[in-house]
Amino acid sequence: MSDIPKADELFKSIDYNPPTTGWMETPVDFSPGHWCYPAKPEKIEYMDSKLPGLWGPAREWLPSNDDWKLPPNWKEIVVNGFRERLKKFRTLQVYMDICVRCGACADKCHYFIGSGDPKNMPVLRAELMRSVYRGEFTLAGKILGNLTGSRVMEEDVLKEWFIYFYQCTQCRRCSLYCPYGIDTAEMTMMARELMHLVGLNTNWIMEPVANCNITGNHLGIQPHAFKDIVDFMVDDIEEVTGRKVKAPLNEHGHEILFITPSGDVFADPGIYTFMGYLLLFDYLDLDYTLSTYASEGGNFGSFTNNEVMKKLNAKMYAEAERLGCKWILGGECGHMWRVVHQYMDTMNGENQWSGMTTPKSPITGTVFETSAATKMLHITEFTSDLIKHNKLKLDPSRNDHLRVTFHDSCNPARGMGLLEEPRYVLKHVCNNYFEMPEGTTREQTFCCAGGAGLNTDEIMEIRLRGGLPRGNALRYVQEKHGVNLMACICAIDRATLIPLADYWAPGVGISGVHELVANALVLEEGEVRTMDMRQEPLPGFEDEDDDWTPPNMEDA
Amino acid sequence: MNALYSLLFVFLLVLIPLFGVDAAHMRTFFGVCVPTTAFIIFLIGFVYKVIIWGRSAVPFRIPTTGGQFRSYDPELFKQNKLDCPQTGAQTFFRMALEVLAFRSLFRNTRVSLYQGKDYPVVAYKSSKWLWVFAITFHYSFFIIALRHLRLFLEPVPFFVNGLDFVDGLLQIGAPVMYLTNVGLVLGVLLLLGRRLVLPRINYISYVSDYFPLFLILAIALSGIYMRYYAKVDVIAIKELTMGLVTFSYTVPETIAAPFFVHVFLVSCLMVYFPFSKLMHMPGVFLSPTRNLPNDTRAKHHVNPWNDPNIKAHAYADYEKQFGVPMAEAGLPLDNPENGKAPAEEEA
Repeated sequence: MSDIPKADELFKSIDYNPPTTGWMETPVDFSPGHWCYPAKPEKIEYMDSKLPGLWGPAREWLPSNDDWKLPPNWKEIVVNGFRERLKKFRTLQVYMDICVRCGACADKCHYFIGSGDPKNMPVLRAELMRSVYRGEFTLAGKILGNLTGSRVMEEDVLKEWFIYFYQCTQCRRCSLYCPYGIDTAEMTMMARELMHLVGLNTNWIMEPVANCNITGNHLGIQPHAFKDIVDFMVDDIEEVTGRKVKAPLNEHGHEILFITPSGDVFADPGIYTFMGYLLLFDYLDLDYTLSTYASEGGNFGSFTNNEVMKKLNAKMYAEAERLGCKWILGGECGHMWRVVHQYMDTMNGENQWSGMTTPKSPITGTVFETSAATKMLHITEFTSDLIKHNKLKLDPSRNDHLRVTFHDSCNPARGMGLLEEPRYVLKHVCNNYFEMPEGTTREQTFCCAGGAGLNTDEIMEIRLRGGLPRGNALRYVQEKHGVNLMACICAIDRATLIPLADYWAPGVGISGVHELVANALVLEEGEVRTMDMRQEPLPGFEDEDDDWTPPNMEDA
Repeated sequence: MNALYSLLFVFLLVLIPLFGVDAAHMRTFFGVCVPTTAFIIFLIGFVYKVIIWGRSAVPFRIPTTGGQFRSYDPELFKQNKLDCPQTGAQTFFRMALEVLAFRSLFRNTRVSLYQGKDYPVVAYKSSKWLWVFAITFHYSFFIIALRHLRLFLEPVPFFVNGLDFVDGLLQIGAPVMYLTNVGLVLGVLLLLGRRLVLPRINYISYVSDYFPLFLILAIALSGIYMRYYAKVDVIAIKELTMGLVTFSYTVPETIAAPFFVHVFLVSCLMVYFPFSKLMHMPGVFLSPTRNLPNDTRAKHHVNPWNDPNIKAHAYADYEKQFGVPMAEAGLPLDNPENGKAPAEEEA
């Protein structure tokens, strides 16, 4: 990170004027920092043993070298795979044909806004594929060639794909503005599928994929270690609240299976959100269990290919069946919810066991018909329903030291439509709530620039550039309203927004929604808390011997 | 450069019928054969492409949600029915707005960067120009196409006469100036202008982006020229056009060259259409991020190529692999055997 320019300098370096050379002639920078590390061969070998034929050769290779060690027939594989996918995905087929290059999408991409690189305009990102489509599959493209922006599949083209389809977070902001709804996320998914076929991959995606399959979570936490961590969090909760909460793991015969992204088990500040869930469920005496086998809500398959997405997702229903759970409650996560909302039932619906029922809150009796098919409920739906029915005693003043804004994660916003529920919860658990400026929230929200498998440090400058729109909106409310915390409902956000905020809006912390719920939750009449879930003293309870103040309480 | 090429192409296309009709006396060829053939190519190409699209599977329901979905409590959390449709009817309205009002384009914003007082600022401003240009262009084109029905239908339907009347309401000039003629020329020029002037849009424009604009401009101008300046023999033209649709072909001698230029350019457009980006017209109806309801959590959708052989990594295998440490950690096991340490370790 040392060679990353300062925020002001980086900002000044952004130039939206395209280069003088045409985009097909402009060379691509393959120097380190422009790509994610390729997957370790053993990860590919493992996945090839589970889902054969999708991965190309397992090998050591580096994008900065000239030789990417592609299989000799790579071109045939890619072109045939392309043709096959045109038949399997109407999105791909139609979106290859109908773009008029009106440019409405051009300045909607966070990577373009932060870099000015024309190939980060969604229209050109898609043209990287479309040019090949025209050159390989259409009559006009074959005859008229360059006049129609056509070219054939070449090694340079494939290499360019690798750089730019791993500079798209599948956030779909462009698709909102496109007059035809052209969805670059679809193109990125297809391009990545094709690249996997010839062994172009990134370790930050493939290692989690392999881990999710083996251990159930992307970090590779083994079941006993998972239990240790949960026990540790139970102790921490007791430290803060004096309450020893239950944390059932892998237990048969509970009504609800709770699945959340494993990032929240592992890293600060996600763990506080996880502790929030545990505290809330214990308070409700909820009949639920966690699972170590299905301990990942996120689905790294959705950054990889359809086959892996289905395979990893299948664990959720398999575990519900094994443990005899009637429905699944899902934690705060972005792409997990895109998969659950738009893919899960289609992929694995027939594998639901007969005992599954439409989620019904055992506390309020609300039947959630909106999830009648998947049998899976979002935690903010569950909690907002509790609040609506007055089932939670809340003291929002415990969050008075926080001035909170909310970051809509791309997937719940544009792949689901979950906008109001988390806001409703937040407004009931904290008194100081502020929206970021219009055009940067709700369905127009900006990505954290680390989604879809790009949350890796070797491309930090790319991430920080892509983080400019979000970071700048955050800076705005920081200056205007003194915001010092950005809440979100996504585990990747909770990891990626921290460097983003440190860079573009230093002094703003990141949290999940249920961390703030846990802070505000009054466990019993007259309960007094002296610290928040992070074990930082609440105002009025600072240890007098200790003049250290938590970062988010420092005066600017 | 790309724009220049396109302009040149269109000039060449104008010259072909001019020479063909006057010098080569191929009146029947340009009056009957070319438009008929072009229309057939248009029809077949158009239908073929739409069939290709229709045959491509829709494995998942992936609407782009542009607002609050239908919540468990629609009173408390109001659904945005138009941008996040949950039913067929709502989806229909979303599509209608998309097709008829270019709703997504209406959202357009423009980003700008500037140095604020204390920190740099990224600002977003509503930008409706593209929408205005596009609406002007498309509606003018559409109404002009409808007005041309009077050449192919006898008696002329009432709505075509109605359109004529409304379109010429300003009563300027003789023959009366149509608003849509102005709209079409203006619309094309604006869309062209933006491609030429805006650096980013210029950067992404191919010959195939300029060509249809110049072609349509040439069609519009040749039409206007016929009506207002050449004052062509409309009765004779109708005789020809009625002949085309009733298959009793005739090319009256009184029809002048500008007509053949106009018809030839329209024929070029028809032939070009199915092989080009102009297919966005039918394509917008088939866009899966727009034409599907956001309901897969509530309703089962079938993926025709779903592979039932892809199964989860089995729990039994997982327990076999991690049974020993699981047992030590006190996690329940389905098969207690898995919790026993392998024999050699016990020894």
